[in-house]
Amino acid sequence: MKDVIKGNFATAVAAKLARVNVVPAYPITPSTLFPEQISEFIANGEMDAELVLVESEHSAMSAAIGASAVGARVATATASQGLELMHEMLFIASGMRLPIVMAVGNRALSAPINIWCDHQDTISARDSGWMQFYAENNQEALDLMLMAFKIAEDRRVLLPAMVGLDAFVLTHTIEPVDIPEQEKVDEFLPPYKPLYTLDPQRPMTFGSFGTPAHYMEFKKSQTDAMERARGVIDEVFSQFKEMFGREYNQVTPFMTDDADIIIVSMGSMSGTVREAVREMRKEGKKVGLLKITTLRPFPGKKIVELTGHARAIAVMDRNISPGFGGAVFGEISAAFINRERRPKIYDYIVGLGGRDIVLEDIRHIVESTEKKISDPSAEPVEWVNVHPEEVIE
Amino acid sequence: MVKIYPGAVIPRPATALVNKTGTWRTIRPVVDEEKCKYCNICWQFCPDTAITKADPKQKIPVVINYDYCKGCGLCAHECPSGAIEMVEERK
Amino acid sequence: MNQTTADYEEMLRKKTTEEGEYFLSGHGLCAGCAEPIIVRHILQVAGPNTIVVNATGCLEVSSSGFPNTAWAVPWIHVAFENAAAVASGVDAALKALGKREGVNIIAMAGDGGTFDIGFQALSGMLERGHRVLYVVLDNEAYMNTGIQRSSATPWGASTTTTPPGKKSLGESRDKKPIAAIVAAHDVPYVATASVAFIPDLRKKVQKALSVDGPSFLHVFSPCPTGWYFPSDMTIEMARLAVETGVFVLWEVENGDFNNLRVTRKIKNRKPVIEYLKLQRRFRHIVKNPELVEKIQKMVDEKCQRYGVDAD
Repeated sequence: MKDVIKGNFATAVAAKLARVNVVPAYPITPSTLFPEQISEFIANGEMDAELVLVESEHSAMSAAIGASAVGARVATATASQGLELMHEMLFIASGMRLPIVMAVGNRALSAPINIWCDHQDTISARDSGWMQFYAENNQEALDLMLMAFKIAEDRRVLLPAMVGLDAFVLTHTIEPVDIPEQEKVDEFLPPYKPLYTLDPQRPMTFGSFGTPAHYMEFKKSQTDAMERARGVIDEVFSQFKEMFGREYNQVTPFMTDDADIIIVSMGSMSGTVREAVREMRKEGKKVGLLKITTLRPFPGKKIVELTGHARAIAVMDRNISPGFGGAVFGEISAAFINRERRPKIYDYIVGLGGRDIVLEDIRHIVESTEKKISDPSAEPVEWVNVHPEEVIE
Repeated sequence: MVKIYPGAVIPRPATALVNKTGTWRTIRPVVDEEKCKYCNICWQFCPDTAITKADPKQKIPVVINYDYCKGCGLCAHECPSGAIEMVEERK
Repeated sequence: MNQTTADYEEMLRKKTTEEGEYFLSGHGLCAGCAEPIIVRHILQVAGPNTIVVNATGCLEVSSSGFPNTAWAVPWIHVAFENAAAVASGVDAALKALGKREGVNIIAMAGDGGTFDIGFQALSGMLERGHRVLYVVLDNEAYMNTGIQRSSATPWGASTTTTPPGKKSLGESRDKKPIAAIVAAHDVPYVATASVAFIPDLRKKVQKALSVDGPSFLHVFSPCPTGWYFPSDMTIEMARLAVETGVFVLWEVENGDFNNLRVTRKIKNRKPVIEYLKLQRRFRHIVKNPELVEKIQKMVDEKCQRYGVDAD
């Protein structure tokens, strides 16, 4: 059914279609609409779930863990400070191998406090053992959220998953979205069959104490699951395409085959990059775009395969680690590091705290990359569109 | 070889029974079966579930499970009939 | 493994099915610890249709060292400050899956995970009305990390973060009145209990599990290691605490403080020094009659307020 909906509505409707049992949630801009919408679905009798209006995000993830351990299908949503508040619980949810799915309205982190879009929140959680997907538009937000349940609950994986959708740009913007029919979703996503549960008929101990004698083996087993997720993600993407007709890839190339410069991006800014690439191609520039949809597990091999031939890769990072640079730049560099032939890799810090990213910015990135290619002393990390204000030190 | 279950789940109950905490003891409780009045107060206060209840009907006194008894002395201390004495653990 | 599978199966069957014990031997809690005594009786009353949510602390760490667990009921540990939030999730999930009927959910935490870091989650769970029994095992300090003060530490007690010295008399605050705070949430049942009075404790567990909503038990749990007394004195310490009025046994339903019931009134209340002198954590207090008098006054005032003294 085609409709025009906001990104938050898309993720909420995905949770409804997935027949989620428990939603523990706390409001935070820009994800607040998610629990609001869920409460409306429940109040209208459209959704049969327990909405637990907890008193903080930390309790939201705690309740999600308790609910998932009982064997319920669980979803929640948060952003920014909320994701940070539940930070310790993210590692626990993954360590306990619970397939919780969470929509994150990618928003900048305080301080200064800022409610607008960047990727710092989910980027800061990339060590937590959660799978990470980034949506370019509201259709992707809905589809990735649905697929996340299937991937997470697969017995070969059993890891939680977060789907990032850009604050306001996607969460609050209305776009045309094809909402799948319930019957088809039921076929695509059968009920959750947990491996272990809290069940008085079969008493088990969850969350035991792992000494140095065993901890490393547990972490290895969790990491192995994340590695297995690579194959499961491709399988589910392909099943989704068969059932619903839309194609997803862990990384998606656009005009990269003969590109000299390939721009790497994630999230809604990919749309702007694609448009800029089309324009620049008309002018004869050999540029291309590689869009990353899956950040965890990190698709290093695929990125190397699709961009290794280029002269340079321009990574757009909507996040910053002060004293280092952007995360995606760091990870792509690691993927290439031991290869004989590798492109130059440059980092462009863009769009922090909701700073708009426009076509001119992409042109500037390409021009700057062209200059740097012939300059071995060029700084790899560059900030784009920082205003020339007077900064008082 | 220990089985590494996903999430460090322990899928069976009370597997700690393999851990014989009786080795902690330096003194052990000894029950004077004549004095035991089957009140079960020692059973009530054992932190280690190491005492089997007395049966007043059958006149069976309490039995201490020395595999697990840590020798805390609570049973001896609380017994209203003085039926339990703490003695040095012999090698 | 010096034990056959058959031994294990037989012992498990005997202890659970025949004797109704669901917290079994082999755990690493200190000799003479009150917590396992309390937990044994809670589970005897609650029975096998029980899910336990346990916060980080002595009980959790000592009973769940992979691959050994002392628990014969389903049990989950997540973190230190969220037993109440996890229990809320368990409650919601059982409801959503149509499995809620007949299952007890019992959250267990120490004073640290309840009075302090767990306070927010506890209040949230109470306010939302989840059908969970929350038991706080109060040994009056952060014992698992080595005896640091909590807001449950009584005035004058020596802990590693409130050591007595030239400029200090030990803990400078009195206990946070946690049970009263919980009762002020107007939840169906709140009570205090003590490891020394098991029939009273068991009756309160029974009552708590029968209400349709949140219930709370504040259980006094002396710690031989942290209070510095011999391991065979645990019960006597808890008994003295009640007999001197230091710990009052009471219950309140639905926030009705006007009808608060003291479940054990004390005849000929013993002077507080009888209790203090047996614990090295009060050694510096006991030396000084003025300080003992100060504590006596605090206890007298509390006993007056609650109506502890039997006529």
